[in-house]
Amino acid sequence: MSAYQQPSETGHFGSFGGRFVPETLMPAVIELEQAYKQACEDAEFQKEFNYYLKQYVGRETPLYFAERLTKALGGAKIYLKREDLNHTGAHKINNALGQALLTVRMGKQKVVAETGAGQHGVATATVCALLGLECIVFMGEEDIRRQKLNVFRMELLGAEVVSVSQGSGTLKDAVNEALRYWVAHVEDTHYIIGSVVGPHPFPKMVRDFQSVIGTETKQQFAEVEAGLPDAVVACIGGGSNAMGMFYPFVNDSTVKLYGVEAGGSGIDTGKHAATLTEGKVGVLHGTMTYLLQDQEGQVEEAHSISAGLDYPGVGPEHSHFKEIERVSYHSITDNEALEGLKFLSRAEGIIPALESAHAIAYLKKLAPTMRADQSIVVCLSGRGDKDVEAVKDALGGEGNA
Amino acid sequence: MPKAKLEQAFEQTLSKGDKIFVPYIMAGDGGIDALPEQIQFLQEQGATAIELGIPFSDPVADGPTIQAAGLRALAEGVSLRSVLNKLAETKQGRSIPIVLMTYLNPIYNYGVEAFALACEQAGVDGVIVPDLPLEEEGLLTPSLADYQIALIRLAALTSSKQRLEKIATQTEGFLYAVTVTGTTGERATFADNVTVYLEQLKTMTDTPVLAGFGVSTPEQVRALSEHCDGVVVGSKIVASLHENNRTEIKPLIQATKNRSAN
Repeated sequence: MSAYQQPSETGHFGSFGGRFVPETLMPAVIELEQAYKQACEDAEFQKEFNYYLKQYVGRETPLYFAERLTKALGGAKIYLKREDLNHTGAHKINNALGQALLTVRMGKQKVVAETGAGQHGVATATVCALLGLECIVFMGEEDIRRQKLNVFRMELLGAEVVSVSQGSGTLKDAVNEALRYWVAHVEDTHYIIGSVVGPHPFPKMVRDFQSVIGTETKQQFAEVEAGLPDAVVACIGGGSNAMGMFYPFVNDSTVKLYGVEAGGSGIDTGKHAATLTEGKVGVLHGTMTYLLQDQEGQVEEAHSISAGLDYPGVGPEHSHFKEIERVSYHSITDNEALEGLKFLSRAEGIIPALESAHAIAYLKKLAPTMRADQSIVVCLSGRGDKDVEAVKDALGGEGNA
Repeated sequence: MPKAKLEQAFEQTLSKGDKIFVPYIMAGDGGIDALPEQIQFLQEQGATAIELGIPFSDPVADGPTIQAAGLRALAEGVSLRSVLNKLAETKQGRSIPIVLMTYLNPIYNYGVEAFALACEQAGVDGVIVPDLPLEEEGLLTPSLADYQIALIRLAALTSSKQRLEKIATQTEGFLYAVTVTGTTGERATFADNVTVYLEQLKTMTDTPVLAGFGVSTPEQVRALSEHCDGVVVGSKIVASLHENNRTEIKPLIQATKNRSAN
């Protein structure tokens, strides 16, 4: 197999990706592509990024052998990549930091971002405070209601949070509004998109900034087990933690990669966010990829107990990985994810984010089918503190339920 | 020959010393059955061609007025398919050229080749796709060319001179010169560089250059038309039709007419 080299110069991953944005944004998108290319070749930029990742974010994050979880599931050894231990509690800050440093490099002073649950918004507000950038975050009014504390957190950090009432007032609408704001303020503002979505170069750039996850994992795994893990598992909304984890393994054909989408109330109910398993190819937010859409090409709302997976699109490179069958994609329902969250909490004393709980829940299906001398690495993309209230509601207030 | 029909209509208007006036309406705002009458009305008021918006769930290039109109149309169950069907049904007896403004996804979902054929059958003369820049237009151009449907390109204030030249050379039907750095919707004023930008575009192509985005008063129509071949007016028309203030429309169109001839 020849080494994987995507995207193309024009930002396409096979037949996916590209740049489907209004002409007004094209010059900014091209400027960003060039600035990013130069930054990649500049050792000083990489040094600065690595410095903040270590001293500010707290990397590297541990690769933890989950012994009790392994025993409970009976099968392959399970390792957790602890992205939940990053500053601000999730992998989101890896990307926000990289893009904020790039914003400074481009001579822009303002940043716009979208957020669903608030994790990317908090990460962006954090790095903007760190680097002295102005920050405006668009958030759906429904999400604002569900995530009051994260709104307050962003405001404490000095960001302005703007409520989006258009559409259904969730992540998709927040992205639309952030794009509209960017179109109108493109001359002095950079858009820090929160996942491996959007027009080229965003999917590639966000993947690269998140690849620290997989790169560290590979090294850490080789130190404790020698060789490579047999399987790698990550949850997928837009798909940035998964892409950051998978990408460094893409050429290692012995490593099986599993992406876990949100099955919501169940695929049959139509209320889910399983874009790759149930969607159809289309164009949204600047990229060609799988989408949840109706027969007329109207994009549909996604449904998941986890706000971070509640997105009707997915990163174009995941669509490509599906097409070339490099990653196998599956879905986990809300109830299974809740079980997964409780399971990890009890087995290891780690409360995962609801997003990451989808990946944990999938282990119950995967680990028992593998041998005890095999290993699985799971990306534990975030911690569950933000979800405690939602989980309490879902479990009817019973922590022992 | 749809493309030719558009060109003829423009030529006819310009040869009288008038400027081109293209009103934008959201197809299906008020129900799909209202569409033929709305088109007829605008034709009688003196419009040169009609730009017909297709409602979409995620209209990132549009401001609040057109977003709201799109939601109303979607609530009526209007889709690209139903608009094309209605246009095909009422094709006989309609002489004014029709241009569709639609985001890419509904076209892609419909099937690019099937869409181009359906446009021809429905009497659609051109297509504007705001989220399809030069870099990606190869997705549509072969199919549209098969049926002689014009692909109207958009130029932006942020575009480099090099890009403007490419856009101006490649456009068909007319060149849509976006006059604001932002989304559609009324603006009190325009940036100082807009007139230079329009005049620059005029030197780059023989295809008519129309100014659009933010144009909402007869004064603005007149002022912008002086520097190009005419205007597209969207949000103002959409609001006037929705609020049943149709008398506001005539003065906008009148502002493009040759005053010495009147």
